[in-house]
Amino acid sequence: MSIRPVLSMEDVCRAYGAAETAVRALEGVTLQVYAGELVAVMGPSGSGKSTLLHLAGGLDKPTSGRVLVEGADLGSLKPGQLAALRRRAVGFVFQDFNLIPSLTAAENVALPLELDGERVRDARRSAFESLESVGVPELADRYPDIMSGGQQQRVAIARALVAKRRLVLADEPTGALDSQTGEAVLRVLRARCDDGVAGLMVTHEARHAAWADRVIFLRDGVVVDSTGAPPNADSLLDPVVAT
Amino acid sequence: MSIRQGLLALLALAPMYGAQLRSDFEARTGGTWPLNVGQVYTTLARLERDGLVEGTGGPDDEGRIAYRLTDQGRAEVQRWWAAPVDRVDTPRDELVIKLALAVTVPSVDVRQIVQTQRTATLRHLQALTKLKRSTPDEAGGRDELAWLLVLDNLTYAAEAEVRWLDHIEARLAREAMRAEAPTAATSSPRDNRVSEGASR
Repeated sequence: MSIRPVLSMEDVCRAYGAAETAVRALEGVTLQVYAGELVAVMGPSGSGKSTLLHLAGGLDKPTSGRVLVEGADLGSLKPGQLAALRRRAVGFVFQDFNLIPSLTAAENVALPLELDGERVRDARRSAFESLESVGVPELADRYPDIMSGGQQQRVAIARALVAKRRLVLADEPTGALDSQTGEAVLRVLRARCDDGVAGLMVTHEARHAAWADRVIFLRDGVVVDSTGAPPNADSLLDPVVAT
Repeated sequence: MSIRQGLLALLALAPMYGAQLRSDFEARTGGTWPLNVGQVYTTLARLERDGLVEGTGGPDDEGRIAYRLTDQGRAEVQRWWAAPVDRVDTPRDELVIKLALAVTVPSVDVRQIVQTQRTATLRHLQALTKLKRSTPDEAGGRDELAWLLVLDNLTYAAEAEVRWLDHIEARLAREAMRAEAPTAATSSPRDNRVSEGASR
């Protein structure tokens, strides 16, 4: 039996520009993130952290290599299929929260579901459940501009993980927060991963990276080290048998 | 430091036996710096010799002697609380010495040393974070608060070490660029052609 990772990057390269003057942002990155796992990526600016996250979420395409989410090869999907997969399987969390100011917390969280054609009432119910799972159901009817940064980021995590999304990609999720609020947000992210979500988080703060199960170091687009190996089959939550 | 100062501070609260002092010290620092009873008694003997503590009387039924502060000991505790901890007398740090030596030894791959250390320090930081995760966000009692403070200190120290390692790496990269720069600036296109030709 083999376990299928939620996110799998296989020998991924990304170069910008034409052949001879091409800048290689990523070179031969292989990485798996399993359900129940939070993986952090560290590295100096320009090391390829953001490129890696964009490729993992299908916002960018590798020059070579494959990116698979829930077993689906992103490179083989048509644009419409890719957009649908992004809406249903992948959630993003950004440094500056990116909530829509004219929508309440619940409406923000429900939005990806409504865009996906779900009935408003069902979408709202899922949104409320997701807000509950990050500990802020009382914010449901509030607008972002009267929430603190920490509250907005919890709502953003709820949006990223609404309706059983299994992969969350976080780009410096604590970057705009003070250290104690940042830690509270990491506790939430960590708890969601402990519940079976797969998380990939880019950060330049060692203290925040330490909340992850594994920390991967990037330098000049290459993985140079890691604090651990992917988990073995016995320790995984909710195993999926590869077909 | 200061097992010595720590024991004096505890004895200012109440007279205690060596074993009590040991468990009290550990409870208040989250067991981060475990003491053995031998260390405690050796320290007590020195404190007694220096006139800072004294026995409260003879041994009890189990042969234990409780100690209390003398006036001089009380003054010493006050002095310790009032004075800043001396950071000038820096303890020797193996990592600092290792890296200082590494940059002067040509055959050593400093970048590799930096990366190996960073990975190890991150692992340590992960272990500390795991301990923190098992502790509630809000401290319950005073002992728990003390433990969280110790944990935060170790966390920040490890984080500072990672930052310092990042800084070394950036500095080495700058140095490497500077070392390459003069040749590029002084060489003409013709020189480049010559060297290209020579290398073929």
